[in-house]
Amino acid sequence: MKDFILPDADFGTPARRSDRTVTLSIDGFEVTVPEGTSVMRAAAELGIEIPKLCATDSVEPIGSCRLCLVEIEGRRGTPASCTTPVAPGMKVHTQTPRVAKLRRGVMELYISDHPLDCLTCAANGDCQLQDMAGAVGLRDVRYAPGANHFETRQNGEANPRYMPNDETNPYFTYDPAKCIACYRCVRACEEVQGTFALTVEGRGFEARISAGGSDFLSSDCVSCGACVQACPTATLQEKSVIEMGTPDRAVVTTCAYCGVGCNFRAEMKGDQVVRMVPAKDGKANRGHSCVKGRFAYGYATHPDRILNPMIRDSIDEPWREVSWQDALAFTAQKFRAIQQQHGIGAIGGITSSRCTNEETFLVQKLIRQVFGNNNVDTCARVCHSPTGYGLKTTLGTSAGTQDFDSVEQADVVLVIGANPTDGHPVFASRLKKRLRQGARLIVADPRRIDLVRGPHVRAAHHLPLRPGTNVVLLTAMAHVIVTEGLTDDAFIRERCELDAYQDWAGFVAEGRHSPEATEQLTGVPAAELRAAARLYATGGNAAIYYGLGVTEHSQGSTTVMAIANLAMATGNIGRPGVGVNPLRGQNNVQGSCDMGSFPHELPGYRHVHDADARGMYERLWNVTISDEPGLRIPNMLDAAVGGTFKGIYIQGEDILQSDPDTKHVASGLAAMDCVVVHDLFLNETANYAHVFLPGSTFLEKDGTFTNAERRINRVRRVKAPLNGLADWEVTQALANAMGAGWAYAHPAEIMAEIAATTPSFAGVSYELLEREGSVQWPCNAAAPLGTPIMHEGGFVRGKGLFVVTDYVPTDERTGPRYPLLLTTGRILSQYNVGAQTRRTANTIWHEADVLEIHPHDAETRGIKEGDWVRLASRSGETTLRATLSDRVSPGVVYTTFHHPETQANVVTSDYSDWATNCPEYKVTAVQVAQTNGPSDWQQTYAERARAARRILPAAE
Amino acid sequence: MTPEKLIYMANQIATAFARRPEDEAVAAIAEHIDAFWGPGMRAQLLALAEAGAPDISPRVLRAAERIRRPQAA
Repeated sequence: MKDFILPDADFGTPARRSDRTVTLSIDGFEVTVPEGTSVMRAAAELGIEIPKLCATDSVEPIGSCRLCLVEIEGRRGTPASCTTPVAPGMKVHTQTPRVAKLRRGVMELYISDHPLDCLTCAANGDCQLQDMAGAVGLRDVRYAPGANHFETRQNGEANPRYMPNDETNPYFTYDPAKCIACYRCVRACEEVQGTFALTVEGRGFEARISAGGSDFLSSDCVSCGACVQACPTATLQEKSVIEMGTPDRAVVTTCAYCGVGCNFRAEMKGDQVVRMVPAKDGKANRGHSCVKGRFAYGYATHPDRILNPMIRDSIDEPWREVSWQDALAFTAQKFRAIQQQHGIGAIGGITSSRCTNEETFLVQKLIRQVFGNNNVDTCARVCHSPTGYGLKTTLGTSAGTQDFDSVEQADVVLVIGANPTDGHPVFASRLKKRLRQGARLIVADPRRIDLVRGPHVRAAHHLPLRPGTNVVLLTAMAHVIVTEGLTDDAFIRERCELDAYQDWAGFVAEGRHSPEATEQLTGVPAAELRAAARLYATGGNAAIYYGLGVTEHSQGSTTVMAIANLAMATGNIGRPGVGVNPLRGQNNVQGSCDMGSFPHELPGYRHVHDADARGMYERLWNVTISDEPGLRIPNMLDAAVGGTFKGIYIQGEDILQSDPDTKHVASGLAAMDCVVVHDLFLNETANYAHVFLPGSTFLEKDGTFTNAERRINRVRRVKAPLNGLADWEVTQALANAMGAGWAYAHPAEIMAEIAATTPSFAGVSYELLEREGSVQWPCNAAAPLGTPIMHEGGFVRGKGLFVVTDYVPTDERTGPRYPLLLTTGRILSQYNVGAQTRRTANTIWHEADVLEIHPHDAETRGIKEGDWVRLASRSGETTLRATLSDRVSPGVVYTTFHHPETQANVVTSDYSDWATNCPEYKVTAVQVAQTNGPSDWQQTYAERARAARRILPAAE
Repeated sequence: MTPEKLIYMANQIATAFARRPEDEAVAAIAEHIDAFWGPGMRAQLLALAEAGAPDISPRVLRAAERIRRPQAA
């Protein structure tokens, strides 16, 4: 365990990047720093801490508190060190009688309007005002009591300047009485988060921090925590700290929500998490966080968590709590009996994109070594499998090309089929920061997502395409680039296969692909599309970021290849600031794919046809590995219905809620003899399970997650698993119950096996991660510290391959009965199927899924704001409430899928990507009509779920 | 899996390679199916092809001749 009692060092002002350096002397010590660095930061680098209140290194300095005054030889007065840049030969004195006196005077004024309740204050021991009073040697406050902001009553009357606490945010309070008006929160909201929700009302003595004139909850605040982080006092304070007191130790770990993979300091008191604070040196998040990672960890101790293993013979029975030993023996016996009766291939398993690399590796090893087949799949099947196929085909590797830092050097950013401010909020903040510096943005999305028009961010072009026409749009962009001669011919000649390029260029240049010819199909004005294509090709470093709006289509793989084509044709690959960047949904989607979770691939994306790769595992594991791809999730379910597939081990995945065609999933599960669900909660899938193995949270185990930038981040155990075992220990125990004889004592040993058998992980070890913090694969002899940018010298596949991207429209068509197109997405406060976030106070922002419908479509159907509506497709129907919004175009409706009651996947179609069978979640033809309340199916389902979740009291 | 769905999926793959010359496309279809489809799905497809199921695209039929024969499970 790694302990840091001290907070991350605060250098006072942000780091500057410059080719030129400046040498100066501070208190007689020489220091050399990049040009543009502040005197305060230069001093901090020497270890000299100049007193400060309004400066912190996450935001630009404003020089308002006057506490950081210094004297500089040859200069008049006492400049603020935070706003004074260094100059060559400068001689600075940070501690002179003159500045000491001035600082005491400043502190005296601050303290004259501050309550002196330090002993009972939530920030006691963690307050910079307190620290600074000590640092400057304040011994006396000479000002007589007068007008102030902290006394509730004065002279027998209510103090008009006193404002009560704002407690509306579930996670932090705003106590105006403790505010010193340093503006750090306001600047953090602007500069770090980019939301601009906070402002200052009034001037001078009347200056008050305000959430735009309303309370925090009803303001624009997104509860990212940046202001709380920046606040030097108890003004903005985590409620958990108010309740529990200050933490006594901190452990650096990695968030278990989205694919950004933010590093956090889990600040602890005993085995209780006091707060999660974003780690400044986290290479994905650089000290920032979102409402989920920062605050929504309460699910880890939610009473719904199941802590004891449970079994039952039939899914009609209530659960029986049993010992681990009994549960595992029961499972092993059932699995082996099934195999004896129905063959080796009659069982399989699903790995989890929420679990660690080590756990995922073990699950696929369990299946390949102990079950003896390749029947392993993972939820990436339903999200980013087209990324794997598309990028491997064109570039040679199944992963994004950049690190997140790369966005700082992008000049043009194309966001397609992604909504980063909701789905990948910390990346969105970093992107918005770059946009505010002048980078230009193209958004291709059926909805007017927040990025299109936000505070100080305007997309240069919003291309509101019809759902399902990504390929047409991207090919039309390529048409403009090729026919207007905007290609990077030198790059193409040197780096790509020329025949394939010629073929592709000829294809996209055909008149039928022009923006004008395709305008009717996409709904995007041709002139706007032409302008966007020109900007992408000629605007400098151009980067593409995309999400599930690209992959979850019949043409998902084709679209990914169209994206790679664009990047190659314009030479936007292989250096910082450019590239092709899939934004991964879950924390470890990348890792679960890397670890051999697909039925046709061994770890490291080696096909089961590859005899060398098989041979390596066969020797190590002492088994024969089949050279035949195993069953994919839908195949397992089909085989179950057909009677040839009888048992499944599902780790950390709720296929009933997240996979397409809910009714088919249910009948598949119901047809099996032994469904084992290994999870935190009795999820929807568990309604069909015979064995429930309680899972552990990311706080309770060691391991690694691999984020969307291929970064392998450490997950560290900060508390013992409430259920007794970490997930890797459960899988190991199950394997051993089936006779495997595994003896891993720590996940580091599993990583050693991964490194020894997987070329792209060859250099990875826990020692290396301890030393470097994190590394990006490939990490091996050729790249001992990992690979931030891929394809720098050449493509992984050798030459880049242009692939012709014919548009094959989905067979999911609108018509008279289903005239609208449904598309789906996420909201900031909730995550995926909501199993975690619904069990936190985040529900205050999103209690239920709602249907966004254009006012025009609503009016013709007589639908008003908040009405219950029936959403019906060819597959099924559900009901939810409607909200009227012009963010969607007429003809398009939108909803989220965070709540099981909604069951959006009852509605989605059965169509899927041609190459990978990733389901087409993003396009469903639907009809919407008024209704009175939940559908029969929803009610029956809710009753069934209640019955399936009964637990008998433990037998003594 | 229903025969309709299996044929639909195979035809989807054929469509994706539709622009390639006949022989190349047939090879690509067979290669894709060998790489990603398990023996059960391949056996089902081959049986359907042999039985002359209608609706199978001609190129998938030709590819079926080259698809790896699944061994008995």
